[in-house]
Amino acid sequence: MEFITIKETAHKLKNKDISIHELYEIFIKRTNNNLDLNAYIYFNEEKIHQQLSAHSATTNLLNGIPIAIKDLFCTKSMPTTAASKILKDFQSPYESFVTQKLLNQGAIFMGKTNCDEFAMGSANTTSYFGNVINPLSSKDKPLVPGGSSGGSAAAVAAKLCLGATGTDTGGSIRQPASFCGIVGIKPTYGLCSRWGVVAFASSLDQAGIFANNVEDSALLMEGIAGYDPNDSTSANVNVPNYCQSINTDLAGKTVGIPSEYNVQGIPEEISIVWEKAIKKLESGGVKIKRISLPHTKYALPTYYIIAPAEASSNLARYDGVKYGFRSELFSSLDDMYELTRREGFGKEVKRRILIGTYVLSSGYYDAYYLKAQKVRKLIANDFENAFRECDFILTPTTPSAAFPIGDKEDDPIKMYLNDIFTVPASLAGIPGISIPFGKSNNGLPLGIQLLSKHFDEQTIFNVASFLEKNND
Amino acid sequence: MKIDKNTTLKIAKLSRIKIKDDEVDELSTQLSSIVSWVEQLNEVNTDNVEPLSNVSMTKLPLRKDIENIKDNSKEVLLNAPDKLENYFAVPKVVE
Repeated sequence: MEFITIKETAHKLKNKDISIHELYEIFIKRTNNNLDLNAYIYFNEEKIHQQLSAHSATTNLLNGIPIAIKDLFCTKSMPTTAASKILKDFQSPYESFVTQKLLNQGAIFMGKTNCDEFAMGSANTTSYFGNVINPLSSKDKPLVPGGSSGGSAAAVAAKLCLGATGTDTGGSIRQPASFCGIVGIKPTYGLCSRWGVVAFASSLDQAGIFANNVEDSALLMEGIAGYDPNDSTSANVNVPNYCQSINTDLAGKTVGIPSEYNVQGIPEEISIVWEKAIKKLESGGVKIKRISLPHTKYALPTYYIIAPAEASSNLARYDGVKYGFRSELFSSLDDMYELTRREGFGKEVKRRILIGTYVLSSGYYDAYYLKAQKVRKLIANDFENAFRECDFILTPTTPSAAFPIGDKEDDPIKMYLNDIFTVPASLAGIPGISIPFGKSNNGLPLGIQLLSKHFDEQTIFNVASFLEKNND
Repeated sequence: MKIDKNTTLKIAKLSRIKIKDDEVDELSTQLSSIVSWVEQLNEVNTDNVEPLSNVSMTKLPLRKDIENIKDNSKEVLLNAPDKLENYFAVPKVVE
């Protein structure tokens, strides 16, 4: 199939091998042929044609490239719902920093992708707009694409676009990338502005990228990173030319292999792929260092205090007054708030708001929230200590391959365990990438995760590129 | 800690989310199981550990206190479920 990478497509557009209108005929057709995946919440051909008519070519590599936007990014030209009933008719009056950057570089938005409601979920089964189906599913057994950015991952994997934005709070880019067999990167906390990204857990939320290969993910990362005074946690750092600087000569580098990620009960196929990746790195001249991240097992419970606490506070804004859905059955103002939030939020979102409210409530704050922040410090320290001994860390991305829709829905904690390998890096704020590496016994893709120091995205692009080239 | 029915109702009230009577039991069980699960953090010794609330590596910037008088109230009000003239409208709170 043609037109699956940005470089190839940009080249053909530039050489006029294909016109921009012909290119979009292809992508619109692909999307229409795959509507059953439910990857998009908003897809409107007319809106794409409008962008094409108004498009003025830039010399940037992203010029004319079809990109899908997770429906958590505010966009002026398309609705923004966060996959929630409470925002189903919301029209943002402003453009998010990340999407504005893409527009400035000449990218075309294919639409807004489905995701878990307010990015809360690991299977894309909490969206008000229905489940997303993993494009690698067989006809009789639909699999989850992972979550929360499941629509973005599915759209890229099915080649309905050449890249997509996602957000990652505890694994929401890396886990679906792994389930769908594509590349997904969550950069360092602060590298991309959160301005205009619907807030879930502000101290963890970070924008990132899905693409079909490492090079494209590096290109797109350059495209969305950068300082923004509107986000007080945005980092004022130079964004390197990641793509141009990719160097797959890893001789003399040291990889850390954390023993704590060898979790009891994970399928053997995961360990096999992990070992295989270690061997490949060794053959490339990388020194193997067994390391310890002793507080790893406490990362998930820490996350499930901090994230719901911040969510309960962030989601207080949905009150049926300023924007979004309002219940029609109320008898008083208080009643209106309570009914609006009852009817407007889905089950998982309500559960997390309640947990968050509980751990922040008077008398429990120290025992839960403050305690979690202290353990978070220990988890961050673990990584800091580890990076004194190694240049990057290699782990599996997920404890399993993609599972059937409907699995793990009976018990919230079972679902939470999907993020066991991705949450620690989120708590520490360090960058992580997932790339496809090897297959499960059922032939489904498995992902391998690379982690590095704050703002050292280049190292993980280098290593990811090496493994991509040596993935047999 | 077990979250009993009254606690569930109390936090639902604090969260401004209406819960129906027939939902309270199931919800209390779910919340209890999540809270008991996160309580494994009590195994960790955190004496003399500073809480980590911000992983941003940059110093929080200060900006000049400059008035921004851009009036975008019309745009903002476009999303209001109910409005009156240039205001958000809510149910009457005083008779």
